[in-house]
This record gives sequence, C-alpha cells and structure tokens, in this order.
Amino acid sequence: MSTIYILWLRQLKRYFRSRARIIGSLGQPLLFLVALGFGFGPIFERAGGGNYIQFLAPGIIAMSILFTALFSGIEIIWDRQFGFLKETLVAPVSRFQIMIGRTLGGATVASLQGIIVFFISFLAGFRLMNIALLPMALLFVVLIALLFTALGTAIASILEDMQGFQLIMNFLVMPIFFLSGALFPLQGLPKALILAARLDILSYGVDGLRGTLVNGANFGLATDFFFLSAVVIVLLAIGSYLFSKIQV
Amino acid sequence: MIEVKNLTKKFGDFTAVDGISFFVPDGDIFAFLGPNGAGKTTTIKMLTTLLHPTSGKMLLDGRDPVTDQHEARRSFGIVFQDPSLDDELTAYENMEFHGVLYKVSRDIRRKRIEQLLKFVELWDRKDDLVRHFSGGMKRRLEIARGLIHHPKILFLDEPTLGLDPQTRNHIWSHIKNLNDEEKMTVFFTTHYMDEAERVAKQIAVIDRGKIVARGSPQELKDQTRSPSLEDAFLALTGRTIREDEASAIDRLRLRRRMRSR
Repeated sequence: MSTIYILWLRQLKRYFRSRARIIGSLGQPLLFLVALGFGFGPIFERAGGGNYIQFLAPGIIAMSILFTALFSGIEIIWDRQFGFLKETLVAPVSRFQIMIGRTLGGATVASLQGIIVFFISFLAGFRLMNIALLPMALLFVVLIALLFTALGTAIASILEDMQGFQLIMNFLVMPIFFLSGALFPLQGLPKALILAARLDILSYGVDGLRGTLVNGANFGLATDFFFLSAVVIVLLAIGSYLFSKIQV
Repeated sequence: MIEVKNLTKKFGDFTAVDGISFFVPDGDIFAFLGPNGAGKTTTIKMLTTLLHPTSGKMLLDGRDPVTDQHEARRSFGIVFQDPSLDDELTAYENMEFHGVLYKVSRDIRRKRIEQLLKFVELWDRKDDLVRHFSGGMKRRLEIARGLIHHPKILFLDEPTLGLDPQTRNHIWSHIKNLNDEEKMTVFFTTHYMDEAERVAKQIAVIDRGKIVARGSPQELKDQTRSPSLEDAFLALTGRTIREDEASAIDRLRLRRRMRSR
C-alpha cells in the first residue's frame, strides 16, 4: 500500500513544485477558450447554437485533462533510462503497484489541471448551469484523467525513445481531441465524422462534462459513464500488463 | 556472495553473454572489465533482475534472482551508469522513497538516512533539489541511497564515469570504508583501469560474451607479463576498436546532454 502512496505522492510533489509548468500548461487551453470562444461565438449564436463559450468550456476542460494525462504517462519513456523508474524497477515491489501508483498520481494531476481550467473558464464568461450535478462532473473529470493516463502509460511502455512520441501526438492525440465534439457539435455532420466521433472515447467524456456542467448530453450521461468506465478498466489492464513487461 | 554458472543471454541470433561462470566471495571487491559490447552491462542487468537470462544459474547471497526476485532484490543495492535519481525531489526525499520501496520501517529509515547522508557528506544539502547537484554529488547520493536497506552486495556500473579525480578518490574511499567495516561485497564495472588496479581484489575480464581472464590484478599482470593492468587488459582483449551501434539509450543520453546545456 505504501508503495502506491509514495508513487502517487511523488507525482503530486513534482507537479506542485513546478509553478512555471503549471502556468505554461494552462496557456493553451486558455488560448483556445478565448480565441475560439470569442472568435466563433457570434457565428455560432447566429446559427442557433446558443452561447459558444458555454458549449466550448467543457471541451477545453477535457482538452487540458487529455494532454496533461497523456504526458504524465509518456514521461515514463524518459524516466525509464534516467529517472526514478529504473530505481523502482529494481526494488522489491510489484510492477503492478508501481503502475497503479503512477497512474493514480498522474490522473490526480490531470484532474487538478482540469479543475483549474474549469475555474479559469469563469473568467471567460462561462456559467455553471446546475450546481447539483457538480460532483458528477468531477467524476467525469476523474474518469477522463484515469483513462488517458493509463493510455499514456501503455504507450510509453512500448516506446523506447522520444521519436515515436511525435507520431503519437500527430496521429493519435490530435485526432482524438478534434473528433471528440470538444470544439463543435456532433449533429448534422457527414456520416463518416459522426462514426469517427462515436468511436472516439473522448467524445463520451466531453459529452459527460457538457451534460453535467451545461445541460445537453448527446449520448446520455449513463452511456457516457458506462463507456468511459469500461475503457478505463481495459486500459488499466493493458497498461499494467505492458508495464510489467518493460525491460530496461 | 555472488555465484554465476553458465550464464547465457541471447537476443535472437546474437549471443551477448556466452556461458560465463564466476564466484565472488563475501566481502570481496570484484571488478568486471571488458571492451564495449563485451556483455558487461547485460550481465549486470541479469544479476540485478532487469533481464531474464536465456539459460544458466545465478545466486545472490544464496537467492536466485529469477525465481526469488523480491528476496534477491533486497540483498543488493545498485548504482547505475546513468543517474536514476528524481531531479525534482530533494536529496532527503529520494532517500526516503528508496527506504519505503525497500520496506525499511520508519524509525530505522530516518536513522539510516541521516547516517548515510552524513557518511557521503551531503547532510547539509538534504533539502536541496537534486536538480542542483553536480555529477559527483549525484553519484554520492546514489551510493548513499543504494545502502539504505543495508544490502550485502553493492553493484556499481561505471561509478566514476565523467567525474574529476578528487571526487573519484572520494567515492572510492567511501566504498572501501564500507567494504572494510560492513564486509559488503562490491561488484563494479569500469573503464578506468588504474582504479580497478588500485581497488579490486579480484578481476574478471569479459570479451565477446566470454570470460577470458580471471584473478587478482597482480595475477593478470603476471599472466600477460604487463607492467600495468591497462596493458594486461589490452593484451587480453586486443587493440582493435569494437564496432558499436547507437542504441536507444545512447540517443537518449545525447538528448540529455543537450538538454543540460
């Protein structure tokens, strides 16, 4: 138990110690929120979509969780050769506990980022629609964070150096983000895009956040919760298997 | 003690380690020397449970690293060639984490951390982030860290690589003290032949996966009729440079060096 705790604690200490990194990683979500929010706002409203900031904010929250979570998983590639990870691989502790501790830590950090972005969005004019659903929104934040931290861990367990990382960013993470309905509604799109969005697990996360923060869950909150949880469990299983196979 | 019998490691068609055998008695200081690509690092990785051998047997303090992983791990500490400290934690925190991972109970842990940090003369820097440490300080910290759980064996993979002579001297006197006082077995690899000559009691030379010579520094010098260990080494392994391919770790090392500029 204390193994999991100490690894979780380590992720948190690293996060809180780097103020520059915290502020820096908030830059992109903030930029998207302000530039796209106020940029597309008028057109969106005129087309009958309502307030774009209200629509966009949950998507941007999901975005910050996605990137933070994935990066903390990917950090393993570097850590493997130069960091703490090697030390943990040689210690008399189970790989599973190490993986769980890291993943929980990374997910906690990603969730915190999401929550910070949530508060920042108030500055851009976002208004919470239903305060009673806030705990549920937090649940979706945590699920998205867990999912993508586990995914990052799984991917990093296979990659040996940072080259593959660029490929992952361009061909996996960006499509996941852009096709998730974070930036635009999924109604009335060409069939191919709708299908892609349905297959994109982040869509359910974004939908869940939108449903709890704003009102307007497309797939239904229950469906969102079910799919996210299922994929989290699968990825945790895959992640811990791959992690246990790491040879330094 | 360390016992190795017919240890072999194959990567596909390539045999990195080819049926090597050696014995390191308790309290010995053992140098494992060899040219690039000879199989040193592979051997250490197998001994320290990071790699599974293709065949052969190993015993660390009586424990088999393959079948009895956790117990074997408890019996040794290791200082890797590349630092494995957490840069964004303090020296004390790095020590504490190690203690928790090796299940050293809190009170003993606290006492030992203080004792060891004082031993390597880093106690007054205990609350500083490791990021601000020099290479020598990091290496000293890693040695201190490796000893928290009082292992019987200490593995060192090129422990003084890239360090200035004062620091190198300092590090070896720390290690020799430990060997004297605690009867801790020391197993190390190095390219610094002068150090190996001064410090090691027993040496094994590995080349192309096979052990080509074994004995004390003096015995190896006598065997090859050489004035120094370096000459003996060159006599045993030849003077041609070994072809080496940059692996993933080499590329990462390059990145790291670029980063810290």
